[in-house]
Amino acid sequence: MTHAISIPVPDLAVGHFNWKEAVCVGATRFFAFLPLCILVFVMSKIVQRGAGTVTWEFLTQIPAEGMTAGGIFPCIFGTIAITLLMILMALPLGIGAAVYLVEYAGQGLGFRIIRAAVNNLAGVPSIIFGLFGVGFFILFVGRNLDHVLQSGLLFGQPCMLWAAATLAVLVLPVIIVSTEEALNAVPQSHRAASLALGATQWQTIWNVIIPQAKGGILTGAILAISRGAGETAPILFTGCAYFLPRLPVVKLFGVLPVVNPLDQFMELSYHIFIMATQSINAEATEAIQYGTTLVLIGLTFLLNLTAILFRIHFRKKLGQVSLQ
Amino acid sequence: MSDGLDLSEKGEVRASGRGGGSAPAAAGRMKDLLTRKEIHLSERIIEALLVFAGISSIAIIFLIFVFLFKEAVLFFKTVNPLHLIGRWTYDAWDEKEVFKVMWQAVSNEPKYSLIPLICGSFLVSFPATVIASVLGIGSAVYLSEIASPKVRETLKPALELLGGIPSVVIGFFMLAVAASFIQDLFGTKFRLNAFIGALGVAICTFPIIVTLAEDALRAVPKDLREASYALGATQWQTIIGVTVPTAISGISAAVILGFGRALGETMIVVMATGNAALVTGNIFSSVRTMTANIAAELGSVAQGSEHYYALFLVGAVLFTMTFILNMIAEIILNKMRRGLRM
Repeated sequence: MTHAISIPVPDLAVGHFNWKEAVCVGATRFFAFLPLCILVFVMSKIVQRGAGTVTWEFLTQIPAEGMTAGGIFPCIFGTIAITLLMILMALPLGIGAAVYLVEYAGQGLGFRIIRAAVNNLAGVPSIIFGLFGVGFFILFVGRNLDHVLQSGLLFGQPCMLWAAATLAVLVLPVIIVSTEEALNAVPQSHRAASLALGATQWQTIWNVIIPQAKGGILTGAILAISRGAGETAPILFTGCAYFLPRLPVVKLFGVLPVVNPLDQFMELSYHIFIMATQSINAEATEAIQYGTTLVLIGLTFLLNLTAILFRIHFRKKLGQVSLQ
Repeated sequence: MSDGLDLSEKGEVRASGRGGGSAPAAAGRMKDLLTRKEIHLSERIIEALLVFAGISSIAIIFLIFVFLFKEAVLFFKTVNPLHLIGRWTYDAWDEKEVFKVMWQAVSNEPKYSLIPLICGSFLVSFPATVIASVLGIGSAVYLSEIASPKVRETLKPALELLGGIPSVVIGFFMLAVAASFIQDLFGTKFRLNAFIGALGVAICTFPIIVTLAEDALRAVPKDLREASYALGATQWQTIIGVTVPTAISGISAAVILGFGRALGETMIVVMATGNAALVTGNIFSSVRTMTANIAAELGSVAQGSEHYYALFLVGAVLFTMTFILNMIAEIILNKMRRGLRM
């Protein structure tokens, strides 16, 4: 396009303007490639210093010698457990909200208010979710549950359940926005065809629209998991522990081990934070800090990459469908 | 397409089976209408559930409001509101009463001035937004106006991956790698200072600003650009004279949202700004932001104490600020969308 346009410009101006053009366009190009450079630089620094630490033992053992040695298995376990619990809570709510917004709400005032609330929720500072988790989930919901169930102090304290609920609230907008996009990508004609055949609205959604939007919804879920796995501020006060001698696991009926959502847990991002800022001997734990960071960044990087590739794949597929 | 048709046909058969019992699919029109009414009950239940999910976002925003302010107002039960600015305290050095503008919650005479915290928050988030906006708008221009589709398809995912880096990782990177480097470069007194924090925050607000600004630029109708080219303007003249001015409301919304994000960023500032609650305009001094203050202190306060309520009050102030910023951006974007539809 550039060449086609610069031809009709009068010759006199060309020399002068081309110089300015080149500088300005070059500057924007530099700005645009900057994130790539930062990404590569940050990743390479962390890989370079952390790669030596991340061994099989590091991934599968528990911390030892006052946190200065051993592995980070409890953190990995905690991160996986809490993000799964989180997505179980957030996914139905998020998909439901998106379906309502796209298929039922129309374009009126109600739609605009909900949209504004979703956008606003996406911009709430993560530490505010932490305060909300303490004030609402632990002290209000938890304490009242304890009161009703006469269970002493079981629910009304920081634990994985409330940390996951806090994170679920935080990732809700991520799921809603991606699901909405996926639903909107389904051609209007498919809805019309299904309704014309006599299907009700819900039958249309369940049998025609959701199956086509599955890819987009999955992408949103992966992005939400990645986001949840990396967040620290919301779980600082809602259930994270610096060190636990045991995994948050309970034996169901005395035999079947399941994750105990009422226990505290260790988590990767919190582990990085606490090791980097509060550990007594920061130098002794430096290798562990870099190793843990590498594990976390590797995890979120892979999740995000998967989500991006998924999206490209499904967009292509959907593009073909609507062409037919 | 044919897949969809099949499925909905099945759905229809199932539906009349469920609703009307023995009604065959080939029944008369009237009968079909009757069964349809009965089906509506389950449709209604599902719709009600979806409405519940739909308004959950509103409900959550509302609950955040209620539960922040519920605790925050209790602060005023025991503390004079003037203390939020400063407090007259006897100073042993000067041997007289001094008006102290500081946050010192753990002390015989606890001081809850919000001034140093707000000052710290702005000293980090303002430079961060400036850096991220300059770079972000520049690269948005490149991505939407200059880059070939192929370059764009490579850079967009890179941007997304950058945005996906957890803030604790950026905080750790600033703390462990960048801080010493910057200190050597500028010869600053404090290794951890507002500038380091601002750089880190800029990294994580950058992708947000680029994405939104690029959306705004791409929404500019093609005719405008073509008209400009037809008049003999160069590519850069078109960008500066036509495209950017047309998209300016969307771009400003992007900057406002970026600023809101920067104000609310927690982990980077708590790790990289030094956390000293000073009233200062020096960007190379240690500061403590509102977010960092909550993160650093909430873990060690007794629930129901004055200090606890004070932290919720800080949270309420922060939430109000970001809420207003988000609303302004939302209104601007809504106006823009309506303008473009016309």
